[in-house]
Amino acid sequence: MSTPLVEMRDMHLSFGGIKAVDHVSVDLYPGEVVGVLGHNGAGKSCLMKMLSGAYHRDGGEVFVNGQPAAINNPRDARDYNIETIYQTLALADNLDAASNLFLGRELTTPLGFVDDAAMEAETRKIMNRLNPNFERFSAPVSALSGGQRQSVAIARAVYFDAKILIMDEPTAALGVEETRMVSELIDELKKQGIGIFLIDHDIHQVKQLCDRASVMKNGKLVGTVNVDEVTEDDLLGMIILGKNPRE
Amino acid sequence: MTDTPSVPIPAKPRRSIFQILELDTRLLGMIGAFIFLSIAFHLMTDGRFLTPRNIFNLTIQTVSVAIMATGMVFVIVTRHIDLSVGALLATCSAIMAMTQTEVIPNWIGLGLEHPATPWLTILVGLAAGALIGAFHGWLIGYLTIPAFIVTLGGLLVWRNAAWYLTNGQTIGPLDSTFIKLGGINGTLGTTWSWVLGVLAVVAAVWALWSSRRNKISHGFPVKPVWAEATMAGVISTSILGFVWILNSYDIPVRRLARMFEARGEVMPEGYTASYGLPISVLLLIAVAIAMTLVAKRTRFGRYIFATGGNPDAAALSGINTRFLTVKVFALMGFLCALSAVVASARLTNHSNDIGTLDELRVIAAAVIGGTALAGGIGTIHGAILGALIMQSLQSGMAMVGVDAPLQNIVVGTVLVAAVLIDIIYRKRMGDA
Repeated sequence: MSTPLVEMRDMHLSFGGIKAVDHVSVDLYPGEVVGVLGHNGAGKSCLMKMLSGAYHRDGGEVFVNGQPAAINNPRDARDYNIETIYQTLALADNLDAASNLFLGRELTTPLGFVDDAAMEAETRKIMNRLNPNFERFSAPVSALSGGQRQSVAIARAVYFDAKILIMDEPTAALGVEETRMVSELIDELKKQGIGIFLIDHDIHQVKQLCDRASVMKNGKLVGTVNVDEVTEDDLLGMIILGKNPRE
Repeated sequence: MTDTPSVPIPAKPRRSIFQILELDTRLLGMIGAFIFLSIAFHLMTDGRFLTPRNIFNLTIQTVSVAIMATGMVFVIVTRHIDLSVGALLATCSAIMAMTQTEVIPNWIGLGLEHPATPWLTILVGLAAGALIGAFHGWLIGYLTIPAFIVTLGGLLVWRNAAWYLTNGQTIGPLDSTFIKLGGINGTLGTTWSWVLGVLAVVAAVWALWSSRRNKISHGFPVKPVWAEATMAGVISTSILGFVWILNSYDIPVRRLARMFEARGEVMPEGYTASYGLPISVLLLIAVAIAMTLVAKRTRFGRYIFATGGNPDAAALSGINTRFLTVKVFALMGFLCALSAVVASARLTNHSNDIGTLDELRVIAAAVIGGTALAGGIGTIHGAILGALIMQSLQSGMAMVGVDAPLQNIVVGTVLVAAVLIDIIYRKRMGDA
């Protein structure tokens, strides 16, 4: 197989005496969706936050396209085209959609002032593609519905040419119809060759969306399996009992 | 993704006149309260409140608190508080008083009234204010001590640092150019006031027009032309009306005569002149414009509001929220120093109690002006209007003859009531 888009080798992270992530290695190839599974507190979010720069790793190495990558803060991760959609969506509720989409990467006029009109125009363009029903461009995002907020968060990741996308339970707060839209979006992004790490609880959804799944328990990696080669029960066994079906 | 059915569809057909004009109803409410207050005091004082003289005095009394209130907006928007602004003002004022009466004339040996004195003094004062503010910001942002504690400590430290620097003495008289920045001692006179007023009208109309043109170029909906014209008319009338009122305040004849005497001339018979725009008010207007630009048109301002709205989201977006805190408090310190220039220049000396309780007036002005203590929400013009309302209330009650303790009781009550009204308003409008 080709070089992985991302390879995380021997990552570890401790909080006090607790080993949140205990020597875990995972990888991700272009156009692939890798599910990252586990109970609450299994360490899956911590693992991904080291990749997105939100947490500083205690040890281990990250490779992007086979090259060692120095990711020490969210800005570094963005420079490697790693984008994250957080479960909490990480939106500034008091700002409008365009301000959130460009937060930290504002378009500016030649004089260095933020160019709200240009940003709104760009936001209208991308929203037209992702969520044609989106109309409330001047309202603060706190006034939007869960689905609309989700589309702002997704637009932010997609707009900046993400190569590697981390999605932390993207459908947790959504209704049936909206969940279907997210699934379609994931398929579309796969076709564009984007690699996606999908953190999820829902085994059924993982079977549907993911190519491979890496399961974690108590900070350790239980194993990585091809989703097509295991049953839902196998996956559940890995999550609950920490038992790798191949062993 | 589609909208969930619970989302109300934006009401298109029935739009009120306020919506068409895109006016902030909250701001209108404040202006309404201010006008009501002014008229009430005017009636209660037998027509002494809304006179050119009193309006002139009100504006110059408001400047110092209003300048600091603009900085307090940023501090409160980022979910912090600054209790030390009055004390910091006193320290900056003390530093500047010592600089212009002792350091420059005696230590450096330039003597009193050297032309460079006021500018060097102001430079030293502004640098000191910004530095102290940055230090506060570092303690808060990097050492994560709560702003409440840092600035409560700062309140004691800087109030008494000012005392220590001056041995508690009143330092004066200050440099004669320096005191021009205080208000009544430095005004533009009739002609220049009109020139500035007309320039301001031109600038305002141009700003409205270019914003409209910008919107059209991106294909965004714009207001109807009559709405734009109405706004331009209201703004122009307000600016020119303000200039006209200040230009109507004639310098008292005896004062004029003294001014001529000082120059060794004799005042011509029947000569009159008016004060016009005070330089300190121009300073406030400049600060207001600059701070509004920072808030709305710079990344710094955008990050301030983003951090206030959701600190985690801001940090995850790659914003250095710690350094942002340092910058916000440094700016606050800088504005305290600027207020110190205005306050000490207005009094023509530095006194030990300068700026006492200003922290409360400044915070009250920002909060009455619609800055939410929960963070993320606040406007510069709101805070200035808040300062003006507070000052009007205070001097209005003094003119009516309300007892001093009752004055403070009313001011305190108004502050609490204003916040309550704001909470109810926000709940009604549905933006919690």
